[in-house]
Amino acid sequence: MTPDKKTLVHMYETMNKIRMFEKKLQDFFAAGEIPGFVHLYLGEEAVATGACSALTDKDKITSTHRGHGHLLAKGGDLKLMMAEIFGRKTGYCLGKGGSMHIADLDLGILGANGIVGGGGPLATGAAFASKYSKADTVTVCFFGDGASNQGTTQESLNLASAWKLPLVFVNENNGYGISCPQCKSMAVTDIADRAAAYDMPGVVVDGNDVLAVFEAVSEAVKRARNGEGPSLIECKTYRWRGHFEGDACTYRCQEELDEWMGKDPIPRFEAKLVESGAVSKKEAAAIQDRIAKEIEEAVTFAKQSPFPDPSELLDNVYA
Amino acid sequence: MPEKTYLQALNEALRQEMERDEKVFIMGEDVGQFGGCFGVTQGLFEKFGEERVRDTPITESVIVGCAAGAAASGLRPVAELMFVDFIGVAMDQLFNQAAKMRFMFGGKATVPMTLRMPQGAGIGAAAQHSQSLEAWFMHIPGLKVVIPSTPYDAKGLLISAIRDDSPTVFLEHKMLYGVSGEVPDEAYAIELGKADVKREGSDVTIVATSLMVHTALAAAEKLKADGIEAEVVDPRCLNPLDKYTIIESIKKTNALVIAHEAVQYAGPGAEIAAMAAEEALDYLDAPIKRVGAPFCPVPFSPPLEKAYIPDADDIVAAVKSIR
Repeated sequence: MTPDKKTLVHMYETMNKIRMFEKKLQDFFAAGEIPGFVHLYLGEEAVATGACSALTDKDKITSTHRGHGHLLAKGGDLKLMMAEIFGRKTGYCLGKGGSMHIADLDLGILGANGIVGGGGPLATGAAFASKYSKADTVTVCFFGDGASNQGTTQESLNLASAWKLPLVFVNENNGYGISCPQCKSMAVTDIADRAAAYDMPGVVVDGNDVLAVFEAVSEAVKRARNGEGPSLIECKTYRWRGHFEGDACTYRCQEELDEWMGKDPIPRFEAKLVESGAVSKKEAAAIQDRIAKEIEEAVTFAKQSPFPDPSELLDNVYA
Repeated sequence: MPEKTYLQALNEALRQEMERDEKVFIMGEDVGQFGGCFGVTQGLFEKFGEERVRDTPITESVIVGCAAGAAASGLRPVAELMFVDFIGVAMDQLFNQAAKMRFMFGGKATVPMTLRMPQGAGIGAAAQHSQSLEAWFMHIPGLKVVIPSTPYDAKGLLISAIRDDSPTVFLEHKMLYGVSGEVPDEAYAIELGKADVKREGSDVTIVATSLMVHTALAAAEKLKADGIEAEVVDPRCLNPLDKYTIIESIKKTNALVIAHEAVQYAGPGAEIAAMAAEEALDYLDAPIKRVGAPFCPVPFSPPLEKAYIPDADDIVAAVKSIR
């Protein structure tokens, strides 16, 4: 399945948006301007972008603690996200959620999640609701290699398969569950192998190749829409930064990081776009300039926004 | 008014809400053709079919989380765990996900799910199938906690729980399923957070929940023989808690005893006692007394289990220590 030019350009925009957004957060976090902590998505941009490009606005996602990329790829608003991460009243969650709890139900984003493996069961519920209501929507559950070991994930894979839910499990295997390398936390090399236990397709793709991700997820989405049930797609990738900002990363070596930074998904994709004539170098530069400007606007919006008032503390505990 | 059992009242509430609203569906362990472990969902599979009465694998996390995700996506699930004791397996999906979603997302999510769970000792089910865990749920902002004691309350409160837009934990006592009482045929809702005075009295207030309401009523009859008139107040919901009715009763009786089957230490009675001490101390002329289970797991052997569950004599003794 080859995406049309509009989709290709949108993918390129999205990947750059995620990259610049995260770099900006990296700087602000280092400067002590962001409360709490952040988990950056740098290096993994192709996964969220490829997967969400295979979805419609009505389709749904559940995200993770490393969620900014997923949210932006699903259409999340830069200003509302930035303001939320800065803890401002104008943010997506009125400053109540922060980096790990951003949601936009109108865009089908059922929330980032602070619990590793927390999103799987919620994704089965969203997918079940689609099936029950005959809504023809598909849910994508993003989860990491660490979450793949959680009981909740296994329970969700099982239920989704038993009930033939319109659900696509997109595993982002970045090689480390916080500091613990995959080889120490599981005996399998490919997380996708676990799909066989649930009688669903399991596919391994290069998670730094946005088109490969798009193609695999599109196929799984098609299958889900046809009522054929869930799939598991493992995207092999790498996070450039530590688990969280401030992580000294003593558990991995510079050579490994350098090797993966050499596989940067954005220049790889840009080269393909330029080569195929979908985007010229000049157009690519113009896109980057425009996004950089949008991000500056989002920062200005966030910084100029007020903090929530303490009188709002008890709002929305109950419906 | 027709007589029905607590179990029949719950079944009727489920049936009527499913007839009223297509968004309501049931999911849980053996709730389908089997009719539920205790029979609460009997006949619903036949009436509504497997799309709306869904058997799940015995995997509690995904039962609770699927219900939360479906609720956030516009449905109105009623999930059942076979025993409340199994919530330990699924606690994250309840307390970190379902309960917090609305708050974390700045009010943008609505999670109208009901989680039904039988609790309580009395059938020799031992330590992992007999607990009363309402205090756990009371401690979680975002959850409502409903704990009915009579067939009438069971039906009206379950209907309200299903219609409520917040995640609601609905705790049934397995020793109450066979208890009969008057229950109207038509659907009716009892407002969540409204206590009910089950017996009027002037000398002592006994706040009791679930099975202990019946035990407290039996204790009140014994006390009457000794000239003590006890007022029995059933909060029916522990969150929201109807402080007003409890305090009004204390104003009348000037004495408070709290009875529940949960372990007394840090149990639901601790919150009620603290509330009374903070807000109604001036009306109390005796120390507040609590009657709850001892601080040990629920034992198996019948004489031990009987010793574990608070009985009418325990409540009588507590009252007599202050009256």
